[in-house]
Amino acid sequence: MIVGLIKEKVYCWLFRILAFSSLFFLTGIATVIFIEGIPVFKEVSWLNFIFGKEWYPTYEPPEFGILPLILGSFWVTIGALFICVPLGIGSALYINELANPLQRAILKPLVEILAGIPSVVYGFFGMVILSPFLQRFFKLPVGLCALNASIILGIMATPFICSIAEDALSFVPRSFREASFSLGANRWQTLTKVVIPSAGSGLSTAVILGMSRAIGETMTVLMVAGGAAVIPKSFFDPVRPMTATIAAEMGEAPMGSAHYHSLFAIAIFLFLITFVFNILAEIVSKRFRIKLGLAG
Amino acid sequence: MNKFLKILLIGFLSLACSSLVYAERIVLEGSTTVLPIAQKIAEVFMQRNKNAEVIVRGGGSGVGIASLIDGNCDIANSSRSIKDTEIQKAMSRKVEPKAHVIAMDGIAVVVHPSNPIKGLSKKQIKDIYTGKISDWSLLGGEKGKIVVISRDTASGTYEAFNELALSKAKVRRDALMQASNQAVASTVAKTPQAIGYVGLAYLSDSVKAIEVEGVPPKKETVLANKYPISRPLFMYTNGTPRGLVKEFIDFIKSPVGQKLVEEIGYVGLK
Repeated sequence: MIVGLIKEKVYCWLFRILAFSSLFFLTGIATVIFIEGIPVFKEVSWLNFIFGKEWYPTYEPPEFGILPLILGSFWVTIGALFICVPLGIGSALYINELANPLQRAILKPLVEILAGIPSVVYGFFGMVILSPFLQRFFKLPVGLCALNASIILGIMATPFICSIAEDALSFVPRSFREASFSLGANRWQTLTKVVIPSAGSGLSTAVILGMSRAIGETMTVLMVAGGAAVIPKSFFDPVRPMTATIAAEMGEAPMGSAHYHSLFAIAIFLFLITFVFNILAEIVSKRFRIKLGLAG
Repeated sequence: MNKFLKILLIGFLSLACSSLVYAERIVLEGSTTVLPIAQKIAEVFMQRNKNAEVIVRGGGSGVGIASLIDGNCDIANSSRSIKDTEIQKAMSRKVEPKAHVIAMDGIAVVVHPSNPIKGLSKKQIKDIYTGKISDWSLLGGEKGKIVVISRDTASGTYEAFNELALSKAKVRRDALMQASNQAVASTVAKTPQAIGYVGLAYLSDSVKAIEVEGVPPKKETVLANKYPISRPLFMYTNGTPRGLVKEFIDFIKSPVGQKLVEEIGYVGLK
């Protein structure tokens, strides 16, 4: 009896620790990047850091302007959204609403395999196959550019959006559809007037999480975006997203130098962006649960 | 099963202890350009010297020197000479960096094989990288925008090229910054209008190395001090090397060591 009680206590604590470990990791990571990143603001004001147009971290005197890097990240992400949103939401709609069981049994695992391919493989594909193609097709001087990164990131984010969107669609209660059909609505009307609006917040959560994946992706953009720290004027320009900068330069920046701290400061900025995205996704998905009467 | 685990554990422990007792250990850290040399030499050195354990870590030249100053490594690999600021920092920590030249390297300027350009002057290379010249037709080639490819600003190869070829001028902002010698070589190989620079060890048939000031980038020209963009590769130690560190440095400088350096694709000292 007592042994059982102790056992229960032990298990309870064990799982509590496991559950809270992610909180420890998060605070740990946040603390480290803030401690290592903030010293750079002794060298450069945060305004000049964010809005400076020149990224020359190793020159004398160094210049730490990350505006080209921020814009590089955003261009690539926005380009990726043009690809992953229609593809992801479209395939989720098809899988959930139109596919017969056999098609669903094939499509769903296929999408999941797409999500499991390592990003370096995608990057390699972009470098070796897509880059020469874009170069010839658009007559570009170089195929490593924002467009290339957008296409690859778009394909990478598609399965995530598809899977979350599909969940959202399957949460729409059957009774909603039945009610719509019983009022004489056809399939298309039911889909556009009932199913999509009621899954709306779930679908937007999918898009926001897809965005946060695209902006945080590193390996692929390091390989295919071109790496020029210049403010992009078109999708055919090479860009240097924030993540690629950190990945490329962290290995060669001596610990404790201003350059080292500046890379952590970029990480702070990136952390805040993805943090905001995740909070947005959380708020939106909460609204969605309440709307469907699923909230406790 | 239990017994098996015990034996395994004892085996591991005794192995760990024996390595602690017998092996002398030295740590090398720094430059990715010197890394292949350091790895190869370490491998052969450990075969010849069973009690020695040589650990080689990459990073950049700056990382290696910082690590030497902090006492975290015995030998700092560097593809550039130590900076004044680094010497000052070392002095304040009572570290005396001592340079050992272990090999020479030429930085070859490369273009796409289809490019008709055969050679450029240092001035022209500087104008290309700083943005004064941005079309191949101005250099006698076919009309087309020059795609400038460079290494990341923190790499030792970049710093050496920046100093030797550009006299420390800023590289144009829209240059494509690639993270490794190999990435530069493969981007140039796929981009007809590109120009880039790589260490001699990374030359292949898929890119064309051009002459600089009329001198082709070759082992002979680098060794004769004729090729203008060449540099020594260094290993830095804290003070005059002693013990195993001395043995290691001596081994690299020996004929056997220098032959290995040549095998990897760098220029051995004569």
